[in-house]
Formats: sequence, structure tokens, C-alpha cells
Amino acid sequence: MNKPYKIAVIDYRISNMYSIQNALNMLGFECEVTSDYSIILAADGAILPGVGSFPEAMKHIKALGLDKTIRDFIATDKPFMGICLGFQLLFDSSDEIENTAGLSILSGKVIEFPKKIKKMRVPHVGWNTISKNNGASTEIVSPFFDSDEGEYFYFVHSCYVVPENKEIIHSTTEYGGIEFCSSIVNKNIFACQFHPEKSGEKGMKVLSEMFNKKMEK
Amino acid sequence: MSLAMRIISRLDIKGPNLVKGINLEGLRVLGKPESFAKFYYEQGADELFYQDVVASLYGRNSLHDIISKTAKEIFIPLTVGGGIRCIEDISNILKAGADKVSINTAAIGNPDLISSASKFFGASTIVISIEAIKQPDGRYMAFTDNGRNATGKEVVSWAKEIEQLGAGEIQLTCVDQEGSGKGFDLGLIKDVTSAVTLPIVAHGGAGNMQHVLDLAEDVPVSGVAISSLLHYDYILHNRHLDGYEDEGNVEFLKSKRALSNIDSVPISQLKSFLIENNIPCRKYE
Repeated sequence: MNKPYKIAVIDYRISNMYSIQNALNMLGFECEVTSDYSIILAADGAILPGVGSFPEAMKHIKALGLDKTIRDFIATDKPFMGICLGFQLLFDSSDEIENTAGLSILSGKVIEFPKKIKKMRVPHVGWNTISKNNGASTEIVSPFFDSDEGEYFYFVHSCYVVPENKEIIHSTTEYGGIEFCSSIVNKNIFACQFHPEKSGEKGMKVLSEMFNKKMEK
Repeated sequence: MSLAMRIISRLDIKGPNLVKGINLEGLRVLGKPESFAKFYYEQGADELFYQDVVASLYGRNSLHDIISKTAKEIFIPLTVGGGIRCIEDISNILKAGADKVSINTAAIGNPDLISSASKFFGASTIVISIEAIKQPDGRYMAFTDNGRNATGKEVVSWAKEIEQLGAGEIQLTCVDQEGSGKGFDLGLIKDVTSAVTLPIVAHGGAGNMQHVLDLAEDVPVSGVAISSLLHYDYILHNRHLDGYEDEGNVEFLKSKRALSNIDSVPISQLKSFLIENNIPCRKYE
């Protein structure tokens, strides 16, 4: 490839897109922050980023017609990545603030960390480790190396995803006695609760693997 | 494995300069914030915290350039505070490249800002900063504007109110300790961590590695914000001073007159020390 891969960062107007844009630029990808249907569909890869609250995000996604855009992009089989809230939005519903329907691209729900457990502070903020899910489907091709087992990534969230199909769970992370799903892989989708764009060199490696490997296939 | 203790490099910024004071006062110019930030990133800092120390005094915000330069080359979380008054201010700081904002004065003046900002941006984006000063009667009160203005709010009850209003995190500055290198005010930090379940970042007092260990072993804090300990190490080792060598302030530090209580240390060494003492930390190779 002579041209750099172009990645669309899906803009739903409330999120901080700039971190992910900076990280992609640093890695040499061409990158556009946009909510435009044809620009997103024409990109080589797409990211649904995420900071913000679930209900607010869904409101904007619907108003901008992005639910169809995301669905259509995923149907192209090009690499699609969801980060943090962008991971949670792919599922059926979330309890954050008020029960809200999600995109239902994957089956499962998003629930809050219990607030009154001793020693558990919510939100879960900081660097935590990932463990490989041994029950994962063997067909999973992921942007993680095996050597990433036990590595630290940066998390900041109050809710976590409970996927219905446990085979899509790629890694889990422990917090306050709860072992939650910290990333999933399903066909061309990789989505994670942590922020690769904020996880130093390890996170940068996940981003670069995700798009380089999958596009070269 | 479990959640790591966060070592946060705190950089107090005035105009284009990194500054450092004692008890948040008597600021000295140390250098260019971007150079210090890059070094801390490479050394394994878990997060950066930029505080514009004059923004709320002069009602302006001059940090945007520094934030966007930092965000282009540093890929760890960046929290920014100073002079944030409304949703639009938050939006602008996030657009410049910050991940979280820290609010003190405006949160006290208008507590509803905490709930509206948390709803809009997500709780985890909103950090509330408390500047605590011990009063002659033993009570701890919250102050604003670098410990200059009393608010009438008692620290522990204000922390509970902040939690009720939906903030994501509290940075607790013990102003009496800040810049002194005398160690953390463990009693106060303990009172606040046991009153709320929000993550608490302690700031003010780290003079050596043992102080950080004492805090981590004794109090369930989520992180520690450190400045002097790291800044002095950077300067003493003559790291990229960007022409600031000629400034009287750097000379002052290098003459070691300011260092009596500060046993400076790089982040990598501090983390190794904590890990040896069974405090989980993210080690950076």
C-alpha cells in the first residue's frame, strides 16, 4: 500500500475525539473525525470512541443517524473498533443513569459497578491488568499479542459489559472482586473497555496491530 | 493483579512556564512544561495533571497551546484544571486534548455545575479539586484560588456533597503540606477516603519515597499527585532546561537551598521502590 490507511473516527458530538486522533496520527494513519455516512463507509477502518454518558451518547447517535452508519460499516467486514463507551454502545442496553437501549449489534447488557462494596471505589479509574479468556472462541484474531497477558492498560468507567455470548470475551479484568469483560472480538469488531490511546506504548501497539494486521489480511 | 497505584505528575503552570511554590504560594519558574511532561511520560508516569495556577484569579485560560502540544506526543491521561467555569470551558479544554478536567472555585460557587457536567461529559471526566487548610480550631476547611479564599465549607462534608452531585474523582490538596516535603497529612486523607467511595488522589507533602509508601500502605487512595519530588530530580540532573538555566530560580534550586526537605527521585525509581514494598504499580520498561 502506498497510501496510508484511512480511519474514520465516528463523531457523535459529545466525546473527546482528539486523543484518538492524535494517537492515530502518531502511528501514521490518515484519520478523519466525522459523522458523514459516505466518508465513514469509504474509510479503511472505523473507530467508535467513547467518553460521555450512555443516554446522552445514544441521543446524539440517533439524532445524527449514526446507528445505521455503524451497522452498515460493520457489514462491510472492514476493521471496526469500539473504545470504552463506544464498546458499551454496541450492546442491547445500559443502566447508566437510566435504562437506555443501545445499538444491539452484539447481545448483552451494560451494568453499573455496585456502589456500596467495601474497598471498591467507583468509577474504576486507573491502570489495571488484562487476562486472556480461556473460554474464547479459537477463531478469534485479535490485536493483542500473547505477551500482553498481565499488561497494564488505562481504564476509566463506572459500568461494564456483560456479553451474552461468552465466546466473544477476549480478555477479563478484575476490580473489587468482580471479573469483568475488558475486551471482545467478534468477526471484524474488536472493542475494549480500556483506552488504548491513553495506555502509553502498549496501547499504541494495540491500535497499530488492530488496523495494520486486519487490513493486510 | 489489581488496580495499580497511580503516580500522577502534577505540573503547576503559569503562562508558558512550569512553576512551583510552597503551600501553593511563592511560585518559582522551573522551565518549559512540555519538556518535563515528555520526560515524565518516558519515565512511566501514569497520568499528567496540569494546573493553571493563575487562571481563576485573572478570569482567563492560557493553557490551550500547552495542552494540545502535550496531547500530540503523550499517550497517557491528561487532567487539566484552572479557571473552568462552565460546560463550554470544559468542552474547550477537552477539545484541546485533555481527558479530564479539574474544578474547584466554580464547583463551590455553583455545585450544580458538578451534576450537569457529569451528566453531559460522563462522571469520569469530572475531577473536583479540594484545597484543604487546617484551622486553629482543628477543623479542615475548603479554600479556593491556591488557598487564598475561604469558602465556609468543611472538607469532609464537601467531599460527600461532591460525591452526591456525581463527580468522578476528588483531588485532595493539603495546602499546609504542599511543597513542604514534610509528608502527607494522613489523618485528613483517611477521613476523606472513609467518608466517600469516590477515587481520591492525594496531593501535597511528598518529600521522599517513604512518604509515598506510608500513604499507599495506610490509606486507600487511588493515586498520588507529585510535583517537587520529580521536578527537582529533573532539574538537578540538568535535563533539557531549554534556556531556563540562566533563570535565577533554577540556579536557586541547583544551589540546593530549596531542597532541604525534598529528597528528589525519578518516577521509575519511585515505582520500583513501591513494587518492592508490595504496592501494585505499572512498571514501565
